[in-house]
Amino acid sequence: MADEKKLCLCGSGLTKIYGLGRQKCIAVDHVDFEISECEFVSIVGESGSGKTTLAKMLLGLTKPTEGEIYFQGKKRDISTLRKKKEYWKSIQAIFQDPYSSYNTFNKIDTVLLDCISMRGGRKLPHAKKIDLMEEACSFVNLKFEELTNKYPFELSGGQMQRLMIARIFILKPQILMADEPTSMIDACSRATILDMLMKLRKDIGMTIIFITHDIGLAYYISDCVYIMEHGKIIESGSAEEVILHPKEEYTRRLINDVPKIHEEWDLSSVSYA
Amino acid sequence: MKNTIQQVFHSRKFVTGFSIFMALLLIVFFYPFLIKDDPLAIIGQGNFFPPGIYVNVYDSLHSTTYILNLDDAAVKRIGNTLGDQERQDIKDWLVAYGIPEDQIDIDNTKQLLTQWEENYDPNISVTDMTFARQRYYERIDTSLKGLLSTEGMIIAKTNPQTGVLEQTDTIEQSEYADISEVANIKVLPLGTDNFGRDVLTELVKATGVSLQIGFIAGTIATLIGLFLGLLSGYVGGLMDDIIMFFTNLFTVIPSFVLLILISFSIGQDNRGASTIAVVIGFTSWVWTARAVRSQVISLRNRDHVNLSKLSGHSTFHIIINDILPYIASYVIMALILQISSAILAEASLSILGLGPRTTEIPTLGLMMNWAMIYQAQILGKWWAYFPVIVMIALITFSLNLMNTGLDQVFNPALRD
Amino acid sequence: MSKVMLEVKELTTKYVTRFHEDIYAVDHVSLKNEEGKSLGIAGESGCGKSTLALSLMGYYFAPLHYTSGEIIIDGRNISKMDPDDIRRTILGTEIAYIPQAAMNALNPTQKVINFIEDVIQAHNPKATKTEIYELARERFEILGLPAEVLQKYPVELSGGMKQRTVIATSVILCPKILIADEPSSALDVTSQKMVIKMLRDLMDNGFIKSMIFITHELPLLYNVTDDIMVMYAGQIVEKGTAEEVVFDPLHPYSKGLMNSIIVPESGARHVKLSAIPGVPPNLKNPPQGCHFADRCKYVQPECKAHPIDLQEIAGERAYRCIFSQDYLRKAYKNGG
Repeated sequence: MADEKKLCLCGSGLTKIYGLGRQKCIAVDHVDFEISECEFVSIVGESGSGKTTLAKMLLGLTKPTEGEIYFQGKKRDISTLRKKKEYWKSIQAIFQDPYSSYNTFNKIDTVLLDCISMRGGRKLPHAKKIDLMEEACSFVNLKFEELTNKYPFELSGGQMQRLMIARIFILKPQILMADEPTSMIDACSRATILDMLMKLRKDIGMTIIFITHDIGLAYYISDCVYIMEHGKIIESGSAEEVILHPKEEYTRRLINDVPKIHEEWDLSSVSYA
Repeated sequence: MKNTIQQVFHSRKFVTGFSIFMALLLIVFFYPFLIKDDPLAIIGQGNFFPPGIYVNVYDSLHSTTYILNLDDAAVKRIGNTLGDQERQDIKDWLVAYGIPEDQIDIDNTKQLLTQWEENYDPNISVTDMTFARQRYYERIDTSLKGLLSTEGMIIAKTNPQTGVLEQTDTIEQSEYADISEVANIKVLPLGTDNFGRDVLTELVKATGVSLQIGFIAGTIATLIGLFLGLLSGYVGGLMDDIIMFFTNLFTVIPSFVLLILISFSIGQDNRGASTIAVVIGFTSWVWTARAVRSQVISLRNRDHVNLSKLSGHSTFHIIINDILPYIASYVIMALILQISSAILAEASLSILGLGPRTTEIPTLGLMMNWAMIYQAQILGKWWAYFPVIVMIALITFSLNLMNTGLDQVFNPALRD
Repeated sequence: MSKVMLEVKELTTKYVTRFHEDIYAVDHVSLKNEEGKSLGIAGESGCGKSTLALSLMGYYFAPLHYTSGEIIIDGRNISKMDPDDIRRTILGTEIAYIPQAAMNALNPTQKVINFIEDVIQAHNPKATKTEIYELARERFEILGLPAEVLQKYPVELSGGMKQRTVIATSVILCPKILIADEPSSALDVTSQKMVIKMLRDLMDNGFIKSMIFITHELPLLYNVTDDIMVMYAGQIVEKGTAEEVVFDPLHPYSKGLMNSIIVPESGARHVKLSAIPGVPPNLKNPPQGCHFADRCKYVQPECKAHPIDLQEIAGERAYRCIFSQDYLRKAYKNGG
């Protein structure tokens, strides 16, 4: 079984420390993980647990203080801008806040054309580019004719986040880092976004790293779950295993704290500490 | 973009400021086409001629004369020389001379003049009178000569052959000249300055030069501030530390002191208007740099910048496309403020005598400086400095108003 | 039947934009909340649930304007009252409101106790500092907040703690109704649970007589409130008890909402989530007929022809659809 899976992204001893001396703050503390190709991994943690810092390190936006990241079996090298560009062809991200993810001065066409250029399609004929953009938009149930010449801020939060997925669809990276893509939009649009992420994995075979604070979401969508607390990964395993049979006290608390509908939600256990 | 501009022009404050400023610019631009005089030509012999219409006396003698019999002509004529102040002064002299106060009636012109003529003698020194006061009474005495006469004036010329003075013409008191028939009339709406130059023409020219200084200095300061702010804010790390070190250094030293020192060390001979503009520009970028830096730091962590990085764009591309548009409104506002403060800085420097060295071009500050050196404010020659003050106030007021208007458009929290 | 604390009849309010367009965000909403009961309002963002919360206070300020309808609090009609009177005599003592980002309401330069003094002295100028302190301390202790919090500055408190402090402060005058507009959606799950516990404690201790809870998180609503109303495009489309609405939704929109619930329970992984396609209508020109018609799977031509009335069925249950409840239930069963 282990041989079939090809390792895609690994980290060993990843550490990020912000600040110096007394103000030192350890955001991520010696984290090890292995993510296989075409896997749907969730990293769950409360705010301040270091999950976003971890994501930024994996994306190559922040430099780890210590530790190594291995990409497709080799040590990741992003020392130059050229190497970074190459790396970013294989890893892309969707961020939490759709409202701040767009440059409000660029039209939607610009956003999508940019992605086509990045895939090396700069010299494609115009009609071909339009075809690509239409395909991407229809993948996320948006109509390109309605979006063209509009600005991203004219869309709703859910639509903006779907446009982000359309962007990913054009870029077709091996890994997608989804940093709480559903936390700023309401419950009804959430299902749509999740559906599309699953479709990305199924259709393109993308590895998806899904960062969330909602353990319910993680359980619903992922194969494998990592629980983070105070910069450390305290529990990991398959989603069924971790959520239905949690070993750590913290994990159990996280699960208990989410409101449920079919099971009793125990409020009496709340301690105000 | 179009929307933003539309919004900007819906702001009443901005539009008011903009109209004032545009009006000033138009005047500066078109005035030289209408009045082609050299703004710095010395036309007046003597200083501080008051504002007025100057009619050439020689030409008016030679123009056609018309007789107009007007009743109040004589009263006006006497009143012009013998004002209330002069009457009082004459009375003071007479009292000091020894004439009982109750015998003097200052409203009775005839009696007063007779008393004066009978008693006044420039050689008599009245007690406690300064020399200047004595000269003043001598001047009054001369001007009063023949005030009550109804005779005309005789114009005489020396006959070149005989060398004898011959009467050529007489001017009656009831003779008038039509002003439109007089060949030479000079309107000096704001009089002349200490050098005898037309203040209005000079003021318009000075406004132009000051605005140029403002634009040059403001642009330099904004460009430097923008560049350093972007660099330290976006690149961060060591670069940020170094730039902030220098910025803090400049913040601690008051920029005006710096300005004075630099202007002084450049030396009298090299201080042209553009040099001063550059010096002002190079000392006032600090606040723009700090403000731009803090804006950029908050923008740098926005997700759209991260996404742009992930799309493989270069740092330059990101700064131009993803950072600059967001701070553009802010930078324009900073530029406007820089222009107005540069104009003020030039004025302050020039008043201290550290402004542009020249007497070839005027600036608003230089005009103030000249007026101050020749004591216009003490002598009450308001036309030499007051219009300059109004002009400086108008420029800075309009620029600041534009700035406030823009602020209201770009900062939704201030909208009403 | 116990005493009705809040009754709203056909309330309609609108926003007037800068371009003088009317946006009907609350469209003929009627509701009733009894003493000791809590009412939940669910709906996606932009459906008018936050506007409803603001409108219920009777305190209107531009761009929100009152159009018609009545708000009756404990037998007293406040819909025609002067805004200043409302502020003085209704807000805080009769109705308290907690917005989503309530924790930002604390003044960073004031200690918590000063904030509470302001609140109490605004309504009772004679209250002394020691009285207020004793009252606040006692109240905070019942609600599980340490008394030291009173002497702290807001920056020294965590987000969840701040939120609970603001809630405790806003009900210090024992209002009859508490309107909580997404009080926990900006918080971690743990803090969220504390906030919910606190709201329960408020009800149990009688500090508030009834509560209106607004959120788009259905599992949360199900656990907090007795009744649920589903709001769509300014209208109430369904109301009933929490159980009824969550497990047996009638309106196609409610059904769609229920299909997007995700909870960490065994079996939840195998439930197929389904989203509602399309976007809500623009409330500048609301559609003539059913507001949901454009997104509805079961739409008929007559849905769009004329306004649909709320169909009242057993108990307090009602839904806004032309189909009978049996037809809808059968359709859901077949259609999954």
